[in-house]
Amino acid sequence: MYAQMVDTGMKRVQGLDEMSAEERAFQEKIDAGIKIEAKDWMPEGYRRTLIRQISQHAHSEIVGQLPEGNWVTRAPTLKRKAILLAKIQDEAGHGLYLYSAAETLGVTRDQVYADLLSGKVKYSSIFNYPTTNWADIGTVGWLVDGAAIMNQIPLCRCSYGPYSRAMVRVCKEESFHQRQGYDLVMAMAKGTPEQKAMAQDALNRWWWPALMMFGPSDGESVHSAQSMQWKIKILSNDELRQKFVDQTVPQAEYLGLTIPDPDLKWNEDTGHYDFGEIDWEEFRQVVAGNGPCNRDRLRTRVKAWEDGEWFRDALLAHAEKKSERQVATAKAA
Amino acid sequence: MLLDDKSVYLMRLGDNALVLSQRLSEWCGKGPAFEEDMALTNTALDLIGQARMWLSYAGEVEGRGRDEDALAFRRDSHEFTNLLLVEQPNGDYAHTLVRQFFFDVWHQLTLDALTRSSDDRIADIASKAIKEVAYHLRRSSDLVVRLGDGTAESRRRMQDAVDALWMYTGEMFKADETEELLGAQGLACDPSTLKDAWLAMVREVFAEATLTVPDSEWMQKGGKQGRHGEHLGLLLAEMQFLQRAYPNASW
Amino acid sequence: MKEWPLWEVFIRSQHGLAHKHVGSLHAPDAEMAINNARDVYTRRNEGLSIWVVPAAEVTASSPADKEALFEPANNKIYRHPTFFPVPEEVKHM
Repeated sequence: MYAQMVDTGMKRVQGLDEMSAEERAFQEKIDAGIKIEAKDWMPEGYRRTLIRQISQHAHSEIVGQLPEGNWVTRAPTLKRKAILLAKIQDEAGHGLYLYSAAETLGVTRDQVYADLLSGKVKYSSIFNYPTTNWADIGTVGWLVDGAAIMNQIPLCRCSYGPYSRAMVRVCKEESFHQRQGYDLVMAMAKGTPEQKAMAQDALNRWWWPALMMFGPSDGESVHSAQSMQWKIKILSNDELRQKFVDQTVPQAEYLGLTIPDPDLKWNEDTGHYDFGEIDWEEFRQVVAGNGPCNRDRLRTRVKAWEDGEWFRDALLAHAEKKSERQVATAKAA
Repeated sequence: MLLDDKSVYLMRLGDNALVLSQRLSEWCGKGPAFEEDMALTNTALDLIGQARMWLSYAGEVEGRGRDEDALAFRRDSHEFTNLLLVEQPNGDYAHTLVRQFFFDVWHQLTLDALTRSSDDRIADIASKAIKEVAYHLRRSSDLVVRLGDGTAESRRRMQDAVDALWMYTGEMFKADETEELLGAQGLACDPSTLKDAWLAMVREVFAEATLTVPDSEWMQKGGKQGRHGEHLGLLLAEMQFLQRAYPNASW
Repeated sequence: MKEWPLWEVFIRSQHGLAHKHVGSLHAPDAEMAINNARDVYTRRNEGLSIWVVPAAEVTASSPADKEALFEPANNKIYRHPTFFPVPEEVKHM
């Protein structure tokens, strides 16, 4: 998802009887649905895993501005331009809320952000794909925000208070992004043959990466099991992916668009859609830095940060000068 | 009164807001700090909203069936009548902010006069826009002070921007026949009446910012008459691409 | 160079309501923190009034003191109105 394959640092999941008294009390609180707050005692692994997960999530929001920003200057109507601009702005806000949540765990935003810029910490691999036509903007809202919100709604119930509250805020603002995206794709799918072809092309390119967003099957993953025990991961990757496919297929049918999967079909017995094999090698390559846009995305963020340094420094310098002057005036008085 | 003059004047107001918002949207996701990115985007969004109101009204007055999008996306650069100032490229963030500050001061004075327009619709739009612009000006003037009186580097960058953009400010106060005519009728505002107030505000802010007001008198002009620099054509080529490439589509 | 300080943001969403903590942000000083809070936390008409407080200036109670601080209030049920039964016939109370 927006945070992929988060390493918990654990080799295996501990049972209650193996835990120290503190750990057990902590786990019992979580099991009872009591939120953990910033100052409460927490296992180091929980704290570190949360920092990783929340900062990856935040980075995804921040990098996620770029593929959509690619079309903001070319939006075809003033109304669409305003909608897109506001949406990208929301994403910056979501990144900011999430960095704030991470900061309650004893790291600073600049530290966390430096790890993105150095390439040490990842963001969702979905944003390493290019937006090549206007329908991509709608498709990203429809599929990518659609997939993200599926993960984020359960996270509103996660065990860490500041993260869950940030998620509530994010979900409130994001719920309509998906609708907005669908509306854009609909205008194109029902438009001229050229527009419909663009919409189909966008779906062809985004479908599989969207399914990959949920991450590999976590059947065997210790990290997933640990995160679920800590209630910072609520549903399994496969459950979420299946839910996403089931909800999206009829939406595509309504638009008269074809999902690019010859193996996709309704299964009467399971009550779900069966779908084809995901190319996990492509996923691994994109995560490893070899997607079509990895280098561009990071370079853009690094440049923005470096170009902005004089601005950030100057505002701080001015604030310091001003407070020194106030102190001097107070003394003189 | 000539309908033509009125629609020409409304289009100028719309074009200023449109072209500047287009420039600001180029920063989206690339600002120097997350909080600043969001703030600048808010300004861009306000300006798009204002552009839509002015251009819709311009299209109605013109009476040739052109709506806001037809005016925004189907005119060539010589038909755009924005001030040269707003089409200047973003440059570094200092250029973006100084351009914004020069424009915001003028914009607030202009809208303030337009709230008293004899045309109700103009007065309505101006009353709505001026609340937004008051905040734009509060922000840009505050940042000019902070960055002028920040570090040595920030002062140098701000002064460079001031010196580079100064020659695009004169046009803001040079009334042409349309503005004189509509000004005399109480419908628009004669921009030559705004110059002293504009200069006073700029001087006041620059004094606090430790920036120097250039003494150069030579000013560029022509934007209002559709004579632009090279940058506007490229801005429009990008902005208008989809509407031009697929003229029969609706979006 | 140094990071902008962290500020906690409180918003009054409606007349008559108290300011409520909504999140935090970074800003070089209080004045800019207010401006930033406006752009970050009130984009959807959420606010009538903003407070910002330097995060470093917030003193929080320690979770370890929870029992000492809050348990005693738990057994003072006479502080709650439902502790005192009022007969049905008695009105306006």
